[in-house]
Amino acid sequence: MNFLETLRTGWASIVSHRLRSGLTMLGILIGIAAVILTVGLGLGSQQQVGAQISALGSNLLIVSPGSTTSTAGVRGGFGSASTLTTADATALASKVAAPDIGAVAAVKTTSLSLTNGSTNWTTSVVGTSPSWLSVRSRTLSSGRFLTDADESAQAAVAVIGSSTATELYGSTDVVGQTFTTNNIEFTVIGVLATAGSDSTTSLDDQAILPMATVANRVVGGTNKSSVSTIYVQAASADQLSAADQEATSLLLQLHHVTATTSADFTISSQESLLSTATSVSRTLTILLTGIAALSLLVGGIGVMNIMLVSVSERTREIGLRKALGAPPGAIRRQFLVEATILGLAGGLLGAALGIIGAKVLPHFISTVLVISPMAVGGSIAIAVAIGVIFGVYPAARAAKLAPIDALRSE
Amino acid sequence: MARGSAEEITDEQPIVFRRTVMSGPPAAAPVIELDQVAKIYATGSLSVRALDGISLCIEEGEYVAIMGPSGSGKSTLMHIIGCLDVLSEGSYHLAGEDVSEMDEIDLAQIRNRRIGFVFQQFHLLPSLTAWKNVELPMIYAGLSKGARKAKAIEALRRVGLEDRVNHKPGELSGGQQQRVAVARALVGDPSLILADEPTGNLDSTATEDALGLFDELHEQGRTIVLITHELEVAERARRIVRVRDGVITSDSANPDVGRDLVRVGGRPKQHGAGVDA
Repeated sequence: MNFLETLRTGWASIVSHRLRSGLTMLGILIGIAAVILTVGLGLGSQQQVGAQISALGSNLLIVSPGSTTSTAGVRGGFGSASTLTTADATALASKVAAPDIGAVAAVKTTSLSLTNGSTNWTTSVVGTSPSWLSVRSRTLSSGRFLTDADESAQAAVAVIGSSTATELYGSTDVVGQTFTTNNIEFTVIGVLATAGSDSTTSLDDQAILPMATVANRVVGGTNKSSVSTIYVQAASADQLSAADQEATSLLLQLHHVTATTSADFTISSQESLLSTATSVSRTLTILLTGIAALSLLVGGIGVMNIMLVSVSERTREIGLRKALGAPPGAIRRQFLVEATILGLAGGLLGAALGIIGAKVLPHFISTVLVISPMAVGGSIAIAVAIGVIFGVYPAARAAKLAPIDALRSE
Repeated sequence: MARGSAEEITDEQPIVFRRTVMSGPPAAAPVIELDQVAKIYATGSLSVRALDGISLCIEEGEYVAIMGPSGSGKSTLMHIIGCLDVLSEGSYHLAGEDVSEMDEIDLAQIRNRRIGFVFQQFHLLPSLTAWKNVELPMIYAGLSKGARKAKAIEALRRVGLEDRVNHKPGELSGGQQQRVAVARALVGDPSLILADEPTGNLDSTATEDALGLFDELHEQGRTIVLITHELEVAERARRIVRVRDGVITSDSANPDVGRDLVRVGGRPKQHGAGVDA
């Protein structure tokens, strides 16, 4: 009995038990679709997080005040102390002391209410230097950015995000408009191009002011020279770790700290943020895929169960085929082929459902789904493997039946 | 090789009447040659001798009925003859081939090439049409699809069902179903047609019909072994072998028909049987 005959017989038997075959395939179908969708969701969120983080700026080191390490002594926690100053930023920008650092932008952030006539909008106000635009990889949609002249004049000018512009003025074409905060009237000189949002704040809802203006005219007080964050851009991606080392040693020296473990600042890179975020979403993907794989396993057991039912239901047929001269191998192959067809059909239909789901689902949820060809191909292969593996035992049982016992059964 | 020479014999088997041949001593090996065959079923400490030293020789072209009450061992004998079961002691040659020592795969091949089965339950596959049922043994013999269909339709024509080739068993009467089964037994041109209670599930008209078909096949020179417990069915055969408690109690030519039959087999046999069943 050649393979084509076996295939034909197996197919005929599946077709003659449509409902049962359909239900068996359903188990595998759901499992495969679930695997494709969860892998797609996982990859989609990884891609999204990656895109958001790299949108923050490339080759970027973020210096925050305080420390994440906790050893003896009284030190402020991460982000709580105001140990970074504009002097630190100036030192880091020095080409002589830190040749691998390309650009530096110190940032002093506060939250303020902006007023335009009767409209109020509370947003994050960022005091920084002209280098901020390139360090944070941002562009302007209209107007101009801050200049050194604005800085030295402590000018009352601002560059605002597109969301802020919409909230305050109802449009983004607002260069030349004014708003009031702290009783000072500011002129809008530029609008930032849209950049989306990172995990905590909207990148499109902020007002960028000259550092000197924020320090001396808006915030004031005793902490004039302290900054919230210093963004350090390495001269190139290859120089990122060198820039990291230079920044660390320079700041330790400036802060008169001898051991790196007791540093009063923390330097993190985009890369470390990215790897943290991706490892979180990867863990989630593995978890979900594990659940989906379990449902595949259950589907496989369903195939085995149905094949065993099929063997005992068709005992007489098996007996007859053996009496007519079917060797055990032919019987085994017939049942194995049936199980494999069930697995393959379930896998193909499941892959189709998964792909349709991946196309349709993003219209209802805000997450991107990435169809991974490897996940599709792999899960079809797994479905076939399930058919084969869970078909082996029933097929062996069918092949082992003695023809006389099989013929006698009613 | 024994297998090769046996093949030649079967090739020349059909068409001619064999009655004339029977009058002379047969040149070919007997179709069935059982020598002191025993079958022992061991269940735990208990062992049952279902067959206890059966010797039987059936020549080509014979029409033999094996009779016996239930529990006599006739079913076991049928399974041994049909190569569906292996014997415990003795030897069995089927058309010259020693099948006593064969494994499952070889036995499957022997059943496929040498034996055409007709069962009491017909054992047709309900999802397949008549010709596809008849085709089954040829699938395992490895014939091409075209050859299979032609031969299946020819076999159905021989049993008078040429207008029923595309009917499924459910659309046929019991007698017609048994005819399909006979066609399936015939189609591979086997050395032996082995019928196990072929009329057990048929009414008297269909029984007569089926027995008429066996008569016809016998006329055409087929070797037929028919297992039954009904005397009126057995009486249609030319030779009646009676089995009881695992031994042959009588082996005789049927006095009513086939007077020209030449009995063979070396063992002394009781004559004038017909009363012990």
